[in-house]
Amino acid sequence: MLDIKNLHANVEDKEILKGLNLKVNAGEVHAIMGPNGAGKSTLANIIAGKEEYEVTDGSISLEGENIEELAAEERAHKGIFLSFQYPVEIPGVSVTNFMKTAINETRKAQGLEEMPAKDMLKKIREKSELLEIDRKFLSRSLNEGFSGGEKKRNEIFQLAMLEPKLAILDETDSGLDIDALRIVANGVNKLKNENNAIVVITHYQRLLEYIVPDFVHVLYDGKIVKSGTKELALELEEKGYDWIKEEINA
Amino acid sequence: MDLKDKLVSSFMAFEETVDMDSSVHDIRSEAIKIFEEKGFPSKKDEAWKYTSLNAILKHDYSIFPKKEDAIEFKDVKKYFIHDLDSYKIVFIDGQYSSHLSETTHDKIDVCLMSSALTNEKYKAVIDNYFNKVAPKDGLSSLNTAFSREGAYIHIRKNTLADKPIQVIHFSTGNESSQMLQPRNLIVVDENSHVQIIERHQSLTDNPVLTNTVTEIFADKRAIVDYYKIQNDNLNASLIDNTFIQQLTQSLVSVHTFVFGGKLIRNNLNFYQLGEGINSVLNGVTIIEGKQHVDHNTLVHHTQPNCESHQDYKGIFDEKAVGVFNGKIIVNKEAQKTNAFQSNNNILLDDKASINSKPQLEIFADDVKCSHGCTIGQLDENALFYMRTRGIGDKEARALLMYAFANNVLDTVKIPQLKQRINKLIANKLNVNLGFDL
Repeated sequence: MLDIKNLHANVEDKEILKGLNLKVNAGEVHAIMGPNGAGKSTLANIIAGKEEYEVTDGSISLEGENIEELAAEERAHKGIFLSFQYPVEIPGVSVTNFMKTAINETRKAQGLEEMPAKDMLKKIREKSELLEIDRKFLSRSLNEGFSGGEKKRNEIFQLAMLEPKLAILDETDSGLDIDALRIVANGVNKLKNENNAIVVITHYQRLLEYIVPDFVHVLYDGKIVKSGTKELALELEEKGYDWIKEEINA
Repeated sequence: MDLKDKLVSSFMAFEETVDMDSSVHDIRSEAIKIFEEKGFPSKKDEAWKYTSLNAILKHDYSIFPKKEDAIEFKDVKKYFIHDLDSYKIVFIDGQYSSHLSETTHDKIDVCLMSSALTNEKYKAVIDNYFNKVAPKDGLSSLNTAFSREGAYIHIRKNTLADKPIQVIHFSTGNESSQMLQPRNLIVVDENSHVQIIERHQSLTDNPVLTNTVTEIFADKRAIVDYYKIQNDNLNASLIDNTFIQQLTQSLVSVHTFVFGGKLIRNNLNFYQLGEGINSVLNGVTIIEGKQHVDHNTLVHHTQPNCESHQDYKGIFDEKAVGVFNGKIIVNKEAQKTNAFQSNNNILLDDKASINSKPQLEIFADDVKCSHGCTIGQLDENALFYMRTRGIGDKEARALLMYAFANNVLDTVKIPQLKQRINKLIANKLNVNLGFDL
């Protein structure tokens, strides 16, 4: 599904990613952990197509197709979704209308007709139930005045609506209380299937108790320095990142 | 002959067309003298530092356009909020169009300035209010001198106008170019309420210059909601002078939506003459090309316990120029005044510019006054967010601009008008978002 090879990337001439490799297959859940400043969010933004990052070497491909040159919306049309750590507020545009625009823009790019209003409503109903979202919530302005938990839940609602092939969840657990975390994680788990893949970026192991990863990677100093199974996450939780830094620097 | 000389020398001929015995004769005569003395403002005037009228004054305007041309409603329907049940006062080339209008004298007077100025029935109101709040500057005086036609609206005591009133001034430009000077008078008595929508629309590519004066009087506890739609073509210029006098506990709001025109100058002055008054000034400006829009506001607080709220948003693309000059005066007696002003702007192009200038003159010591001005670009992170959801760059920009203006749009109280303004914005931004903004 996703294949990143020897990725080097700069922001304002500072090298953030320094030869990163990552391969994610359909049906898999990968967790990327690492200390602050390691480049986790940078990686997420680069995959999604943020323009201020410059890829200087290496490649990113989705289902065998190179995507480094594509605009963010084109990547979205091909099935990449990035859930933001800090979702943006858009006053005056309701959650429902925002989703209508996003879905129909994607369909247009794929050469499909706009989704009929009836189907759209049905889908909205199904997905909002999945995430235990109140219908009233959907007519509110996107993210405006939402609590941290509501914002994250809304991100996952959009994920559910857009049904991407590859979902990257950037620090989705931050700012969530335990109930919200459970709802969000349940939603993600229900959306998971053998045709899509999920990359969870997180600082803490907590989310991984709910969204159980097949693989855990440690990102440090712009590279993936260690990979393992979910036990690695537990080890990191227990011992912190210092032992990894020592291993690398030794 | 330059335009000023032409206007001054035309005054006598104009006078012969109107009733010399009317009470406004002296007012007109005095006004033309003031105009003769002061003339048009120039960039030397502090209040006109960023806006030059030179380019629009050089045309050889026809000052007395010929009698109205027939216009079919179907051809101009789009300029009305046509799904709104409303009274309509419509002018074509400065002359009243009865077949496009729907006036009334039932409980409220929604009719013509020309009849109010000449008919004995309205004499008391004219004597009390006509030219009583308009300042004696050159442009207002010019309008006063040639005042003959416009909307006359009088809402008597304890009356809610049963529907909104649309005032539309069309210019057909049958003559090569023309200057129009509509004069509106709106008097809202105690405990009364009215909503008014005003529009100036050119139907020609010939140059049109409109120098309009609107006087609004809000008596005790009166509520007036006034909406201006300024979405004219690139050959039409507008100098809109609106002067408002408010008495105790009245609430007057003026919304100015500017989406097009060659040069637009809004002189919007509020004079608060009582306690517990609230004045609201909201504006959304979205322009591009070489358009020039200047909002010049004044709120004069003279009594204690009053408020004013100004919120102007501007989006400027290409070489468009915006000006915001907001003056607030708080007299020594006007303790406990709350006066707020905010002017937020987005520049979409390096060549676009905005000149924003707050002017606060505060002589009282127990007041809350604030002003803020921002000039920025669209938030790149917000654009990226929308694009990661598959929304294209153009649509994402449009959504952000809409969101930027949203808190002003939200204060429009007439749903049909709000919908129309949203549509104008969507057209302006050239997007189809799959839902009605």
